[in-house]
Amino acid sequence: MIDQKPILEVSNLCTTFRRGGVDLPAVRDVSFSVGQGEVLGLVGESGSGKSVTLRSILGLSRRYGDVTGEVRWLGQDIASMPERKLRHIRGREIAMIFQEPMTSLNPLLTVGMQLTETLKAHTDLNRAARRDRAIEMLDHVGIPSAASRLGEFPHQFSGGMRQRVMIAIALAASPKLLLADEPTTALDVTIQAQILDLILSLADEMQMGVILVTHDLGVVAQTCENVAVMYAGRVVEQGAVRQVLGAPRHPYTVGLMRSVPQNVPPRTQLYSVPGTPPSLEALPVGCAFASRCQNRTERCLTARPTLDAITDDRRVACFNPVAAEKAGAA
Amino acid sequence: MATLQYILKRLFLMIPTFFLVMIIIFVLVRFLPGDPAIAIAGDRASDADLEAIRERLGLNEPMLVQFWLFVTNTIQGDLGSSILMRAPVTEVIFNRLPTTAFLTLYAVGLSLLIAGPLAFVAALNRGRWPDVLIRTVFQVGLSMPVFYIGLILLTFLAAQLRWFPVGGYGDTFGARLYHLFLPSVAVALYTSAIIMRNLRSAIIEVLDAEYVQFARAKGLPNRLILGRHVLRNALISTVTLLGLSIGNLMSGTLVTETVFAVPGVGRLMLEAIFARDYPLIQGLTLTFAVLVSVVFLLTDLFQSTLDPRMRLT
Ligand SMILES: Nc1ncnc2c1ncn2[C@@H]1O[C@H](COP(=O)(O)OP(=O)(O)OP(=O)(O)O)[C@@H](O)[C@H]1O
Ligand code: SF4
Ligand SMILES: [Mg+2]
Repeated sequence: MIDQKPILEVSNLCTTFRRGGVDLPAVRDVSFSVGQGEVLGLVGESGSGKSVTLRSILGLSRRYGDVTGEVRWLGQDIASMPERKLRHIRGREIAMIFQEPMTSLNPLLTVGMQLTETLKAHTDLNRAARRDRAIEMLDHVGIPSAASRLGEFPHQFSGGMRQRVMIAIALAASPKLLLADEPTTALDVTIQAQILDLILSLADEMQMGVILVTHDLGVVAQTCENVAVMYAGRVVEQGAVRQVLGAPRHPYTVGLMRSVPQNVPPRTQLYSVPGTPPSLEALPVGCAFASRCQNRTERCLTARPTLDAITDDRRVACFNPVAAEKAGAA
Repeated sequence: MATLQYILKRLFLMIPTFFLVMIIIFVLVRFLPGDPAIAIAGDRASDADLEAIRERLGLNEPMLVQFWLFVTNTIQGDLGSSILMRAPVTEVIFNRLPTTAFLTLYAVGLSLLIAGPLAFVAALNRGRWPDVLIRTVFQVGLSMPVFYIGLILLTFLAAQLRWFPVGGYGDTFGARLYHLFLPSVAVALYTSAIIMRNLRSAIIEVLDAEYVQFARAKGLPNRLILGRHVLRNALISTVTLLGLSIGNLMSGTLVTETVFAVPGVGRLMLEAIFARDYPLIQGLTLTFAVLVSVVFLLTDLFQSTLDPRMRLT
């Protein structure tokens, strides 16, 4: 299913915020690519930079911080593209679903308005056609009696319904890539599976690539082809899901895997690895995971491991990677 | 229908407020130093003359009787006769009210015209020089009393350069705009500073809201993001502030009308106080109370049209 040539290629993406005179390296040297129709998983603890990575791809982070690196979209670098041009890619070619359905819709505008304004910005449809398409989209994401709900405001919808509205808005202009930022964490467990299935089936139907940010390794195992594991702003391990989750090499990935209990239904929230990540203001000179790592050696405290290829498309950033057989057994 | 019901309910709830206001007005006015009879007849009037005047004004009646008369007459729309103007208080006030209303709306309009765009410029350039410059200038405007600004404007632009009239009130709409320009500027300098400050921080807050980030992610043109998503949300708190500061605005108008000799209710109030014109003071204070209540009601109505979450109940 994966096309030979990727549609999105991110290389050496770095996003730095400044707060109170201190630099916060929220994202460091992140590189990955997404092919047409591919679902890429992005996992990592809270604060590891997943949302900032997605927002930096869309150019939303640059008003808050310094973004460097390349974001190639269909061969064109959009990281340096001016807002005026970039806006024709946002929403039309690359769409995004936010983490928080409760705060991501404008409380003063009707749902219909928020849907049709996207269509107005990106299509030639006239008023009536936009309305029809809006109803069709709401219907498509499973909102009952869609036509009558166009005139309602976000506060009249439940959290799950708002997330559906956001999906409808994001997919309205038939984008080629969807950035889905933990689309289900804010929702009830029962609704989580529904929303996820909805996104993935629509993606499949529309041949749309997806970057799926999630806390849930079960979801990654079931739905993604490739996965990137982030820690303290960096990708520490990436590759094909079967390999990375089947035989994790980075101690952090191993920890994440261990924290998923065996013999429980998939899509179980992952347990946290013991300890806490370092704060961005005071990252250690060496490996950021050192304080929590069992494989730590002297070298880990003085030098930072780079993300190196151990096989063709498998990368790990660790001086003492977990042995393949051992990791497989864990 | 719900709106109409809400308005009626609010008007009904105003009744006890007004009763309280009437008690306060009545008591305060009686405690004003000075004797209205002397104010009318002059220092050299004989005791008998003064006594006659007091009798005529009903000032010799017991307090409770005076209050009872005040309340019952007010309910019937009779605010008594102005001692100073020798005419019914209602008539005097209604003659002067349009001038003040014009001046106030003019000042608010000017303030929004000045503060709105500048608040946007400041907010979008947060922390950079345009923001710093705008905030500094408005800070100066905020710390100078209206009275003082009025005098400066009057001295330079009107008296010396003769660009504007020194006082008065035109006949046509255009003449009014011209005559009342300096007085409104004097009021607007203060009001616009308040609006600027509030709107700027509201815009800054809204700009960072998730729904604005989402609007950006949707690829909307910038003017739509600012106009439809940012401004509307930011305006809610500013409109509230504007409504709630109507009292301030009116006291500003009072000073301005005096400095610029504008024949409005603000100046009338000062004249009435100097003349110990009890009925007129009472009538004016009551008018102010009604105006403030009505503006509060309008503010709430405006807010509820802007914000669907604000249900009218
Ligand atoms: N606009 C901003 N200004 C300053 N710091 C920011 C900004 N946005 C994010 N950060 C910081 O960047 C770091 C990464 O945040 P990010 O939201 O990407 O984490 P995340 O991986 O998405 O976590 P979660 O799972 O909780 O959503 C955090 O420390 C956060 O505080
Ligand atoms: S580099 Fe060292 S500290 Fe870091 S993960 Fe590998 S072994 Fe652990
Ligand atoms: Mg996040």
